[in-house]
Amino acid sequence: MNKPDQSSVPESYRSGPDENGHFGIFGGRFVAETLMPLILEVENAYNKYKDDPEFKSELSYFSKDYVGRPSPLYLAQRLTDQLGGAKVYFKRDELNHTGAHKINNTLGQILLAKRMGKKRIIAETGAGQHGVATATVCALFNLPCVVYMGAKDIERQAPNVFRMKLLGAEIIPVISGTATLKDAMNDALRDWVTNVEDTFYIIGTAAGPHPYPEMVRDFQSIIGIEARAQILEQENRLPDTIIACIGGGSNAIGLFHPFLDDSSVNIIGVEAAGFGIESGQHAASLTGGKPGVLHGNRTFLLQDGDGQIIDAHSISAGLDYPGIGPEHSWLHDVGRVEYVSVTDDEALEGFQLCCRTEGIIPALEPAHALAHVSKIAPRMGKDQIIVMNLCGRGDKDVFTVAKALGVEI
Amino acid sequence: MNNEFTSINRGKNRIEKKFNQLKAQNKAGLVTFLTAGDPDPDTAQRILNGLPEAGADIIELGMPFSDPMADGPAIQLANLRALGNGMTLQKTLDQVASFRTLDNETPIVLMGYYNPIHYYGTQRFIDDAIEAGVDGLIIVDLPPEEDEELCHPCMTAGLNWIRLATPTADDERLSKILKHSSGFIYYVSIAGVTGTHSAQQSDTSEAVARIRKQTDLPVAVGFGIKTADHVANTVAVADAAVVGSALINTIAEGLEAQLSTDEIVTNLHAFVAELARGTIKN
Repeated sequence: MNKPDQSSVPESYRSGPDENGHFGIFGGRFVAETLMPLILEVENAYNKYKDDPEFKSELSYFSKDYVGRPSPLYLAQRLTDQLGGAKVYFKRDELNHTGAHKINNTLGQILLAKRMGKKRIIAETGAGQHGVATATVCALFNLPCVVYMGAKDIERQAPNVFRMKLLGAEIIPVISGTATLKDAMNDALRDWVTNVEDTFYIIGTAAGPHPYPEMVRDFQSIIGIEARAQILEQENRLPDTIIACIGGGSNAIGLFHPFLDDSSVNIIGVEAAGFGIESGQHAASLTGGKPGVLHGNRTFLLQDGDGQIIDAHSISAGLDYPGIGPEHSWLHDVGRVEYVSVTDDEALEGFQLCCRTEGIIPALEPAHALAHVSKIAPRMGKDQIIVMNLCGRGDKDVFTVAKALGVEI
Repeated sequence: MNNEFTSINRGKNRIEKKFNQLKAQNKAGLVTFLTAGDPDPDTAQRILNGLPEAGADIIELGMPFSDPMADGPAIQLANLRALGNGMTLQKTLDQVASFRTLDNETPIVLMGYYNPIHYYGTQRFIDDAIEAGVDGLIIVDLPPEEDEELCHPCMTAGLNWIRLATPTADDERLSKILKHSSGFIYYVSIAGVTGTHSAQQSDTSEAVARIRKQTDLPVAVGFGIKTADHVANTVAVADAAVVGSALINTIAEGLEAQLSTDEIVTNLHAFVAELARGTIKN
């Protein structure tokens, strides 16, 4: 982990990005000229509506009555007992409608798209969670939805593909490049550049050109805002550690952001180490990548010695992205957040531990966070508190897990 | 023009010389785009070396990238072929340097995405590109908002910064695009990726007129130009026409038909010669 240079410690860790979308040297607007007017239009609209009382009230209404917010902050007592150290709380974002945190963001973006008069929604998806969350809000607001998904991911995630179709979305298989999430994002950008008049691109993670990293973070920050209020109410104090898994990093930045200026809170992001960092087959952009420019922002990327993007690997399709949101790159650089990584095997252990001790089948993504919790909780005192974001449920992953465990279902 | 970067020595600028020369001959320019290293480095060098004789006035070379977000299927596949056969940014510069031992007149513009240059090191890249004999850069994902990254260092070093102007730009946006542009303006005639549909001549004509109101730089028009007739229609309103995907398709078709390297090279140069016939102004 980088040690912060004292002279560069900002007054607040919550004031970014600057007006050009930079978090330190990260972020920015690295897109084709054709898209620039559209990006600026999204930025202007977002700035116009983000504090608009009517916008906020509509978002809050759907968050409560449609999504089911606030999600509970739940003391995982049996897990706590088993680990024998710090008290472990789960932020239950897996209980949201559609089963993950993704809908917090798609709801916010579609309300914005509607106000901008857009008639068509596009999205990229890897595991299909963001695709499902986008298809869901498109059904709700009666807008046509086109989802770009890597041909390989379509094969791996058949149930989510069918869910999206049931919700009325059109799924476009992406065969370009390596036919995975990064290529789905490329093809979504190609669609946007072609349909500039009427289309809104709902990006699923806190990455992409400005203002997406900021906007997605803001919509996901409801997680941390609730968790902070809930822990203060339940424990009358802030947690010692908060922890979340990171692919692009939207659930993590949503939990982290409201806590960034609470200096007593230790913040940990967990990347996917796949078969191990040393194997070269992983999705840990911060641990194993270098700064570069892709998909509209400067951030840490998995790349080779010629600056070509390398495919990520993780057992969890939702973490399988060769980049990471630019705010995470900055928080890594200034040392405010500690970023660690967890392998496929460790995540599988965490997955089973959660099932057996708490009766909750978690998604493989937060199983990475849980695996790290199981490493650190035993070393912490019983009076200490960990809050972990349980950002998705694991129904979608049972086939993957069965296969990994050598079980035929 | 509104341009505080004066170090580009316009007298020695191959691009400016070329456009002046064309004007004197009452011709427009044919700009050929090919992906460096496609289909493989050796064949690509042979193709490159023969382009001026075939009729290319300005050569655009795509720097291969794994994630060419603004390109259509033809150029995407060309990138993958080149990378699959071991092409790198360093080899692209080497091919330009090798070309320059044969031809010191034809302008070469490198086009591509920022990340490989970012990884290579921006200042090192600028120095090496100038050394190799590159005349300008077109970097798709560096809009004016990110000028400090590469545009300003390029202009300081005397490397032309060629910008894409698009149908989505209004006059205010256009002036932002034209500021700090040099060499020529590349008007992207459609909103979309490379190698798809073609623009209406009337739309292009109107857009080029709008650009000319704000700049004296030559205007090249590209995207969707596939035949000598398209070239002729385009140069009726512009100073040059850019052909890319259609050329690259002849390579792909040659590979598909399992033609020999000689045949692929010959076919490509023959197609360039045919396109060049569209550049003679009446």
